Amino acid sequence: KTEASSTCRRVFVTTNLLIRGAMLFSVGVFLALVLNLLQVQRNVTLFPPDVISSIFSSAWWVPPCCGTASAMIGLLYPCIDSCLGEPHKFKREWSSVMRCVAVFVGINHASAKVDFANNVQLSLTLAALSIGLWWTFDRSRSGFSLGVTIALLATLATQLLVYNGVFQYTSPDFLYIRSWLPCIFFAGVITMGNIGRQLALYEYKFIQEKSHQD
Amino acid sequence: MFPSLPGGRAEQTHTLPESRGELNVNPKATLQLKKTTAAAFKGHKRPRGREITWPLNNRSLDAPRRPVLGRAVLPNGRELTPPARMTLRKQLREKISAAFYRHGLLCASYPVPIILFTSASILTCCYPLLRLPLPGTGPVEFTTGVRDYSVPSHEPQGDLGERPDWYRGPPVAYIQQVLVKAAVSPWDSSLVPVDVFRSPLGRVFSLLEEIRNHVHSDSSGIRSLESLCLQVTDLFPGLRRMQSVLPEHGCLLVSPGNYWQNQRELFDSDADLLKTIQKHEPKGLHTSATLRDLLFGVPGKYTGVSHYNRKRVVTYTITVVLSSYDARFLGSLRARLKQLHPSANCSLREDHMVHVHFKEEIGIAELIPLVTTYIILFAYIYFSTRKIDMVKSKWGLALAAVVTVLSSLLMSVGLCTLFGLTPTLNGGEIFPYLVVVIGLENVLVLTKSVVSTPVDLEVKLRIAQGLSNESWSIMKNMATELCIILIGYFTLVPAIQEFCLFAVVGLVSDFFLQMFFFTTVLSIDIRRMELADLNRRLPAEAGLPPPKPGPLRPREVPPPPRPSPHTITLQTPAFRNLRLPKRLRVVYFLARTRLAQRIIMVGTVIWIGILVYTDPAGIRTYLAAQVSEQSPLGDPGGAGLPPHLGVAPVFRGGDPTSTLSIHPAPDPTPLPENQSQGHHGPARAGLLPQAPPAVPQITWGAEDEEGWRRLSFRHWPSLFSYYNITLAKRYISILPVIPVTVHLSPQEAIETRHPQDTRHPPPPIPKVSADLQTDLTLYKVAALGLAAGVLLVLLLFCLYRVLCPRNYGQNGVSHGRRRRGDLPCDDYGYSPPVSEISPLLLRGHSMDIECLASDGMLLASCCLAGQIRVWDAQTGDCLTVIPKPGLRRSSSSSGCWEQRDGWDGVGGATEPECLCSEAHGSYVGIDGLSEEEEGYPLRRRTAPIRPTLFNDQPDLTPLIDTNFTSQPPSHLLSTPPRAGFDFGGLVERAYMEHEPPSPSAYTSPSSASSSPPTGAQLQRRPSLGDIAAALPPERAPSSGPQADWESSVWAMELRGNLIAAGRSSGKLELWDAVEGSLRCSNEDGVSGITALAFLNNRIVAARLNGSLDFFTVEINKPLCLLQYRGAPLRGSVPPSPCYSSEDVISCQLTRSVQCAHHKPITVLRAAAGRVVTGSQDHTVRIYRLEDSCCLFTLQGHSGGITAIYIDQTMVLASGGQDGAICLWDVLTGSRVSHVYGHRGDVTSLVCTTSCVISSGLDDLICIWDRSTGIKLYSIQQEAGCGASLGVISESLLVTGGQGCVSFWDLNFGDLLQTVYLGQSSDGQGVRQLLVLDNAAIVCDFGSELSLVYVPSVLEKLD
Repeated sequence: KTEASSTCRRVFVTTNLLIRGAMLFSVGVFLALVLNLLQVQRNVTLFPPDVISSIFSSAWWVPPCCGTASAMIGLLYPCIDSCLGEPHKFKREWSSVMRCVAVFVGINHASAKVDFANNVQLSLTLAALSIGLWWTFDRSRSGFSLGVTIALLATLATQLLVYNGVFQYTSPDFLYIRSWLPCIFFAGVITMGNIGRQLALYEYKFIQEKSHQD
Repeated sequence: MFPSLPGGRAEQTHTLPESRGELNVNPKATLQLKKTTAAAFKGHKRPRGREITWPLNNRSLDAPRRPVLGRAVLPNGRELTPPARMTLRKQLREKISAAFYRHGLLCASYPVPIILFTSASILTCCYPLLRLPLPGTGPVEFTTGVRDYSVPSHEPQGDLGERPDWYRGPPVAYIQQVLVKAAVSPWDSSLVPVDVFRSPLGRVFSLLEEIRNHVHSDSSGIRSLESLCLQVTDLFPGLRRMQSVLPEHGCLLVSPGNYWQNQRELFDSDADLLKTIQKHEPKGLHTSATLRDLLFGVPGKYTGVSHYNRKRVVTYTITVVLSSYDARFLGSLRARLKQLHPSANCSLREDHMVHVHFKEEIGIAELIPLVTTYIILFAYIYFSTRKIDMVKSKWGLALAAVVTVLSSLLMSVGLCTLFGLTPTLNGGEIFPYLVVVIGLENVLVLTKSVVSTPVDLEVKLRIAQGLSNESWSIMKNMATELCIILIGYFTLVPAIQEFCLFAVVGLVSDFFLQMFFFTTVLSIDIRRMELADLNRRLPAEAGLPPPKPGPLRPREVPPPPRPSPHTITLQTPAFRNLRLPKRLRVVYFLARTRLAQRIIMVGTVIWIGILVYTDPAGIRTYLAAQVSEQSPLGDPGGAGLPPHLGVAPVFRGGDPTSTLSIHPAPDPTPLPENQSQGHHGPARAGLLPQAPPAVPQITWGAEDEEGWRRLSFRHWPSLFSYYNITLAKRYISILPVIPVTVHLSPQEAIETRHPQDTRHPPPPIPKVSADLQTDLTLYKVAALGLAAGVLLVLLLFCLYRVLCPRNYGQNGVSHGRRRRGDLPCDDYGYSPPVSEISPLLLRGHSMDIECLASDGMLLASCCLAGQIRVWDAQTGDCLTVIPKPGLRRSSSSSGCWEQRDGWDGVGGATEPECLCSEAHGSYVGIDGLSEEEEGYPLRRRTAPIRPTLFNDQPDLTPLIDTNFTSQPPSHLLSTPPRAGFDFGGLVERAYMEHEPPSPSAYTSPSSASSSPPTGAQLQRRPSLGDIAAALPPERAPSSGPQADWESSVWAMELRGNLIAAGRSSGKLELWDAVEGSLRCSNEDGVSGITALAFLNNRIVAARLNGSLDFFTVEINKPLCLLQYRGAPLRGSVPPSPCYSSEDVISCQLTRSVQCAHHKPITVLRAAAGRVVTGSQDHTVRIYRLEDSCCLFTLQGHSGGITAIYIDQTMVLASGGQDGAICLWDVLTGSRVSHVYGHRGDVTSLVCTTSCVISSGLDDLICIWDRSTGIKLYSIQQEAGCGASLGVISESLLVTGGQGCVSFWDLNFGDLLQTVYLGQSSDGQGVRQLLVLDNAAIVCDFGSELSLVYVPSVLEKLD
């Protein structure tokens, strides 16, 4: 019986992992679409003209990429938490997560809509906002380091993409890309990590209940 | 055996056998063996000294302390900060806390005024918003001169100047309005109300004709309106309703004439104009432009088209929409209309042209992010408000929270507007972010804090406490947020600055609203909840026993609850209030008050009646004379009438005579009702002939200049949208209005009447200046009457107050004063909240209580003296006493006098019961009982040696022999501190010490715990024997199976009516809890039972030799009585009325696991069909209850198991001597987590759904996260505190201490309250603590039991 229950649990954990991944993926895709729309309104990015006529006015590969990335990040955060052995205890509730997402969208909104005097100001403001986001909703060192790492990697990837001519920015200000990109990436990583942690918490509770029912 | 066992060491023991060892020390102390127990006392004295400071720190509930989550615990230190130093921060904190406390009191005391005040301030702050267009879609204006107007070019020019960038290219349309003001002049009294607007409206047709046919011809050609106006085609599909009213296929020219298809004939034949107009109005609330506004061109209330038009001026416009601008044509039209209808006093400016730009409508691309942010916002609000819990109306509070945030935002925008900041941001876009920044957190924190205050406090105090608890964090959060926003302000980006400004003002106003609005709403909610819940749980709270099933628990009516002697506070009013529901009290109060009031009222009425009838002062005649004197009509008939009749003719006097004679107008249809209509005009004319005929004044003011401004700003877009023309991102140009004044003669008005117009009801009588004189008299009379009335009321009120007592003998105002005087005030100047928790002491045991068991309804306790008492867990009444007669022996010792006295007083009726037991029968020689001693070879064997010890020696050796001859000696050696026999060693020691006979030796703990009959008993026996003969018959069967009086009870369990007692002799006994009769016993095992578990019909007994016995309790019908071993003679005795006594209960050993553990079993727990044993051999075993099959052997501890927790959800936690705590998966037998928490043994373990609470010998209580095994925080307790723990609810932990129990908030680790069980002088530790179902806890307190109700928890359990 114990074997059966353990295999049952293993199956359950696997399916839950998949479900979590799928949820994070969809959240990532959705946010990518929405935020891209904000950027397109502002004519920040220029995609090849044939794609721009598509309904979501961005290249087809952007949302899946963002989705995959967010799923990875969202699964990575709780994983790292459990590896480090210090579970995240700070503000573990959905309202806080929603607040975090709202602030993230707000940062994007500001970057797309607010007129800044120059790009340095924009980048600094966004950096401050991103750090503020981390401090308000995360406050974990692992989250910070992971966020910085992923933001740098993502910027690098974007750099390569732009360099290879897949797409370009209308007004690049720093080596063919926008200088605020790392900040946005960082904020996004923090947000997705927050969501992922919250989902993982839910899964854990679910397992607990399940085992009790057994 | 343990000659060097110090008292302190004995205290540190924790498992059941060990606690026995401890128990053996305590009686020694109580019997004042000063010399020998001085060392043992040390352990008690030390904490008592500390106690002085500890409760002072922690007793007040409202001392705001932050959670200790994450605070590092010093390895040896306390977590409580020393109170001596007061840093600035602390001072500030206390000041804030005190301020919040006072504020909370204020809010909860005056909810209604404060809510009114808050609403007023919200409205005041939002008032400037009325001037703003709705966010996002408001039109923008730009004014140019008419003279040099030219259509702006499409190309942006270099010198735009102040031109807005939308002012490019031609407008969508030019709007030319002809503003018509018409009145019938002079107003004739013969006119009916409909005449006010019928003929003026009729003029619109001729004006329309004029405008349509106007042709301007000059050198450039002939231009008519047709060529210039905006040609429209079909209406927008879906507007079929308006098809008859709005023009199609032609010029867009709208006027009130459209109602009648611009045809005079239809207008003339319309019987009810207003109905026609009303017919097209949309149903319900409609914010945008209505059809009436569209056609009239002025807002509805300015048109004057109604029956109640005082000014009798009708205003409407004819709106011409032109597609191209031709100054000359328009000039000529203007001149022509002015010439036809000159406006004498009109000075409207005609040189400005207003261009109105309408913003774009939000497209789908912008809408998606916006909608997303709003969805996130709603999710945020949803998840936030979901956390509001334990209030009366969850949705109401959630609504209040949302209202708080939203209105704070509105206030913020309103205030910013007031001080001249016009918002440039798109309000709809930034709004969600503002909400998120301001957040609902504070509101939730407030709610949580208030809700978690003790329920039985007054609402005011609860609110105040809740506020002051969270004051510091609220202030801190607000300061942090303000700082962040301030940083944002220094980004120097205008948009962000503006956002920050709004956010700052919003935060401040949100704080204001939280403090005033939300707090008050919360207080109202909580007050409602209190009323409702108190009503609901009246029976349990009121101390009345809930009606129990009668046949099951036959017992006498319980006496009224005794006043508990050692409560820490007085029974406060709030507690007393619980006895009677508040609502009832209010009803009683009102009933009584009403009664008094009514009597007085009736008396007053009678008195006034008498006064008026007799009229002693002649008021009546005076008033009448006054009225008739000052009335201009001087009605001679009125003087003799009562005043109120004398006044009336001022209005109606003279009517009948003058009506028809003065009526000047020939009425076209002299209908009967027409007569009554005509009454007032003539009457007024008759009264005031000097009044001039009313000439409606047509005035032109600045407000007429741009009359379209008073229309909805959606007026033009909606007009154009009817023809599928959008104004989004485009603009229209509004030309200066053409004023037209029309005066109509009354004659004309009468001619244009419709036959049915006169049928309309007359307008209400206007009481204007004509009746001024009369009114003054009336006012004087009224004022006089009012003053008299006020005086009378005041007089009566004084009378009432004098006659009636101020409050009706209970809970009036005086309590607050009394309470404040009685209790010490703290630093804040307010009294600490009074603890309502008062322990109920259950007395009766003569010695320390050893075993405690409860099933929620009943409570069974067993003391060292072997006496078992059964209590009602609800009321604390002692139901049954199962005494141990051996105590009689100790009557010679001084320490037991009191005990014996209490015994005689309380249990006098039960005394014979004990005498009939067979144990003594053999020695006393009562006939009929002596045969039964054959079943007791053990006793017979011990009997011969007793006389030798009698008289000069403590009677110890038989005890040891009796109990331990059957013991394998290896156990004595292998279980150093925890074997049940440590007292054996003590006894031996005591025996050696007291070799010379001394009376104190009789009272040594060992003899008390398991005392055989002694010489004293034998001496007394004959005197008692005759009492035994007078046995009550129903008591007789209770002693069917033989009770083993010689051995002590080591373990006890209670289920339903049955008490299972495990004795040191290895005997398992089942007692009837209500009757106090022994139902069954089992002697299959010889080794002492150290622990028992009683689940369903199974009893599991752990024995000293490590074996585990599974018993099955079978309830048989009386037929099986013969099989019942033991009491053949008793079979014929008539059974007692109790149901259970008819059944025969047998307890059979189903399985015995001989070597369950190879060392003694220390802990035994059963739940959820599992039995878990922990042993000295470092292992834990899990057995299945049904088949007593060992499922798992859990290995992981490196020391003996000392504590185990298992509950219905199959959570298994174990703690060992190594200080480790393991969590196990009961299903798989795998170890879930393993933590080291204590230096020294783990003494107690409890789990909640989220955490594990452990206490150890290091006096530390650790709270662990159950899922992760991470220590959340720890609480350092006093040294020597009891190891008992209990969890009352998810968040309430109770721990036993020295003479007190403490309640802790599990979420934060805050000490909520400490309840002292008795005078602090006898600092007995609480060793056992049971949490009952009804949120009460029971703990042992020396020889007493203490029943503590936790009223606030009842609420949370709901």
